Amino acid sequence: MPAGRCSAVCLCHSGYLRSTRGDKESMVNFNTIGELAALAAEAQQPIHEIVIQRECHVSQTPRNEIMESMGQNWATMKASIERGISNTEKSLSGLTGGDAKKLFAYRRQGYMGEQVLAAAAYAVGISEVNAVMGRIVACPTAGSCGIVPAALYAAQQERKLTDEQMVRALFTAAGIGMVIDQNASIAGAEGGCQAECGTAAGMAAGALVELAGGTPAQVGNAVALAIKNLLGLVCDPVAGLVEVPCVKRNGFAAIVAMLAADMTLAGIDSVIPVDEVIDAMNRIGKALPKSLRETSEGGLAVTKTAQAIEQKLYG
Amino acid sequence: MHGVFDIVGPIMIGPSSSHTAGAVRLGLMARKILGEEPVKAEINLHGSFARTYRGHGTDKALIGGILGFAPEDERIREALHIARNKGLDFSFQTVNLEEAHPNTAVIFLTGQSGRMARVTGASVGGGNIVISNIDGYKVELTGQYPALITIHHDCPGVITKVTQILAHAEVNIAFMRVSRQNRGETAMMIMELDEQPAPEVIAECQQAAAVQYAFAIPAI
Repeated sequence: MPAGRCSAVCLCHSGYLRSTRGDKESMVNFNTIGELAALAAEAQQPIHEIVIQRECHVSQTPRNEIMESMGQNWATMKASIERGISNTEKSLSGLTGGDAKKLFAYRRQGYMGEQVLAAAAYAVGISEVNAVMGRIVACPTAGSCGIVPAALYAAQQERKLTDEQMVRALFTAAGIGMVIDQNASIAGAEGGCQAECGTAAGMAAGALVELAGGTPAQVGNAVALAIKNLLGLVCDPVAGLVEVPCVKRNGFAAIVAMLAADMTLAGIDSVIPVDEVIDAMNRIGKALPKSLRETSEGGLAVTKTAQAIEQKLYG
Repeated sequence: MHGVFDIVGPIMIGPSSSHTAGAVRLGLMARKILGEEPVKAEINLHGSFARTYRGHGTDKALIGGILGFAPEDERIREALHIARNKGLDFSFQTVNLEEAHPNTAVIFLTGQSGRMARVTGASVGGGNIVISNIDGYKVELTGQYPALITIHHDCPGVITKVTQILAHAEVNIAFMRVSRQNRGETAMMIMELDEQPAPEVIAECQQAAAVQYAFAIPAI
């Protein structure tokens, strides 16, 4: 190996790297939310900064390129929201489409207040765009793609935050998702819907707390609260499609994320620490029968109405 | 641990990372393996692909990929229409491949020059794919890395020769697999690389003794 190509530290994490562009800083790494929060607290930096540094190092990509890629994700998310709240097109199956527009029009009349209902409308809207073969950003998956952008966009609108702040918040969300992916699962086929919508709600809750100036420990607390309230959620999609109950559920999960962030910022602690919650999520996912893990062989998917829909679609 | 863009990303056309985004990549991979503009595509779908392909737009996604569209290309939803306009003759059949991965497609392509390719692959989740068979050869190809593929006479020294060419060009091999139909007949070697080899490197491999055909597939 030619000398000076990469440091010994990066070699042990990434194998033989050819790029010479990576920085020479020592590797920042974390395996739990607790470790991530501790790294941030120790460096007196926000969580997103730790996540960005790790990404620069592992991918051997300059910081500006990474920021630009995430900026493209945020721009795509915003475009999918705008399309979602005006969408009247039905999905290929005809099961979903047009509900986000209804909820957005209703947002000033509801029990929950304008900002919360707008967030729910954004989340449903993005999911409807997904269902009509529109362009979305998987976050962490396509089935749960509405939750993080909806909660963040509602916060941006309400608090007049900059796009740069939102892009940084997406790194906070990503760091949380990376830990859950590693220590539990982000796939409905493995861990049920808690792995998709539960993870997304945790990512959104943590990002909202950091945007409001919360500490790294508070970010973890919000993740714990959000996930705890979606634990055990099964993946039982009607006719195997990413539509029922997925589209509306994105709206519900966005609100769970916002409440978890607000409870945390109000000073409420999760009794069970975040990494133990993620461990519980992993064990619950493993205990779920196969029929409730994206096979459409149980739950809502085998109700009389769902069977009739399936018969109509596939004969 | 995955990177940030595996969690927030990719940008894709919905509704499903496995049934839509992964299917686009399978189609795209088949196109790259054919190496020319396809004029005919016959596609067999197995398992969950066979059961739900219309609802997930898997058919549009596969044809979109075969037309060369990326997973985030908004033309995917119009892919069947675009294919008809371009004169791409396509057909879908549902099949039972027994133990194959539930999201498996077998794609038979015919190109402009009459060249044919048969590619079997599965969409294994999160938009990731694994190509398991090319023209009857067992392979394992993910599309995450550029790959160099050789079809060669099954005899001693071919692997050394080709890997030497790559070594001289300072191209690192990440993963490698050799497969053959019968001893002493035709064999296939697939190397997934850390960077795309230059055209002269591919040409040099093509010139190597016993190599009948060498071609590269970019990462997709």
